[in-house]
Amino acid sequence: MQSQTHENNSLATTPLMVKGVMHHYGEKAALQGVDLVVKPGEIFALLGPNGCGKSTLFRLISTLVAIQQGTIEVFGADCTSARARVREHIGVVFQAPSLDGKLTVLENLWCQGVMYGLSGKALKKRSDEVLEQLGMSDRSKQLCQELSGGMKRRVELAKGLLHRPRLLLMDEPSTGLDPAARLDLWRALTQLRDADGVTVLMTTHLLEEADKADRIAIMDQGRVVACGSPTDLRKEQGSEVITISTDAVDDVAQKIESQLALSVNRLSSEVRIVSEGSVSRLSEVVQLALPHSSQVTVGRASLEDVFVAKTGRAWE
Amino acid sequence: MNTTVMLAWREWTRFFRQRHRVVAALGQPILFWLLFGTGMHQSFRGGGSDFMSYYLPGTIALILMFTAIFATISIIEDRREGFLQGVLVAPVPRWHIAAGKIVGGGAIAWVQAILFLLLALLVGSVPWSNSLPGLLVLMAITALGLTALGVVFAWAMDSTQGFHAVMNLVLMPLWLLSGAFFPIPHLDPSAAMGQVVIHWIMRLNPLSYAVAGMRQMVYPDLKLGPELWQPSLVLCWSVTLVFVVATMLLAVRAVQRPSKGELK
Repeated sequence: MQSQTHENNSLATTPLMVKGVMHHYGEKAALQGVDLVVKPGEIFALLGPNGCGKSTLFRLISTLVAIQQGTIEVFGADCTSARARVREHIGVVFQAPSLDGKLTVLENLWCQGVMYGLSGKALKKRSDEVLEQLGMSDRSKQLCQELSGGMKRRVELAKGLLHRPRLLLMDEPSTGLDPAARLDLWRALTQLRDADGVTVLMTTHLLEEADKADRIAIMDQGRVVACGSPTDLRKEQGSEVITISTDAVDDVAQKIESQLALSVNRLSSEVRIVSEGSVSRLSEVVQLALPHSSQVTVGRASLEDVFVAKTGRAWE
Repeated sequence: MNTTVMLAWREWTRFFRQRHRVVAALGQPILFWLLFGTGMHQSFRGGGSDFMSYYLPGTIALILMFTAIFATISIIEDRREGFLQGVLVAPVPRWHIAAGKIVGGGAIAWVQAILFLLLALLVGSVPWSNSLPGLLVLMAITALGLTALGVVFAWAMDSTQGFHAVMNLVLMPLWLLSGAFFPIPHLDPSAAMGQVVIHWIMRLNPLSYAVAGMRQMVYPDLKLGPELWQPSLVLCWSVTLVFVVATMLLAVRAVQRPSKGELK
């Protein structure tokens, strides 16, 4: 009853709402108060280094782990009180494979379909449809253990999509995929978003992957440190970045700050200048820095720069 | 219900696609039966029966147990291979996981034991009698109970090695002390402490009743000597039914708890 009243209000159109979520493993805090909103029809990436808490958050959203503190709602259904309804809304693609290698592609899909209430002709039709969509029709009778990594991933995706979830959750979807297979996967995801209006939430530790998402949340040490579209986040950092590779980080950084009045980020063997308009003073920077450095490069601000700026730590 | 049937079907398909499992679960008990049956022939004293016949219902029980064990070990594999995660986030209650394993694994065990029984009927080791249909039902119930017991143990294990330890320390003794391999003598007043303990362990072992029941139905005319303890057929059915209900409840309760290493 409670979940229904929830779904009647405007929250029902919000694919994902995370409020004040904290999570502890024993003494160790994995999430220290996370707030997030994912909008309909977007591809949203949780970006962060290993151990930042994104996988924990993923498990909470996928209902695999019980929420300790805070609330998570999927299309207005609460992950604690309306778990079954949440599970109907979401399709989950885990980082670890979930296929049964001893069954064929089609048999795996049938297993999945039955658990989501599909059966008979409808299930068969939908399985064929999803395999067609992912270009796996000719493999349907093959045992999953005989498939390549990229193909297995596509079957995982097919499993996740079979019951037409409105929110697709993917944990590190590119793990173990070669570049061509990654491209395929993204083509499939954007098609899902554009043609079927599916909202996608993925976790990733790959900067270039997060760059392709519509919006991202950068996580570090159990918190969201930045959230927005990759373009906007990069713009905040200024349009360009001068990177100075050096062994004398403090020395160079201090000189640039005091003599040129530009703000810098200090990394382990790099100094980065992200101030707006710094490129117009490139010759000054080079003169000052080059005696102490191996190279000076100019480029666009990347998500790595965003991470560094927000956390003060290097991206690993 | 559909989910249970699907999970059971999956067990079935997986099992028979792995030939070595079929051979291991069926071949070893048959080999035991032939070797022990021939080897112990001279030294066995079991009232009116010879050891080959005495041991045959025990072999059926062993096939049921081995197959149930192999079938439930797949819980650990499902977890390792990640299949279980997918089931855990699906909108189905967890008891389906137990039910699917029990029905699927139990059916496999039952069919394997029937194959052995057929073989014994064909070579004449077992007489054709009108208690055979009842025997099949008792075998089915026993299969379900043993598979459920396997689920309870497997759910708590995070490695197949751990499961093998349980198999050797709990399940095999359960079978050995069920009257499957050697009979349960009556206690006489002069019995040593060890004999008293063994006697009561065997009498309290629920599997003893399944084995005794099967023995009475495999050989309706068999008369064990008066010195041997043997429960009535009614008691055999009753205890076995209680056993299967109890183990199923335990299995359903077990899978409600997060299993070891549920998370990848």
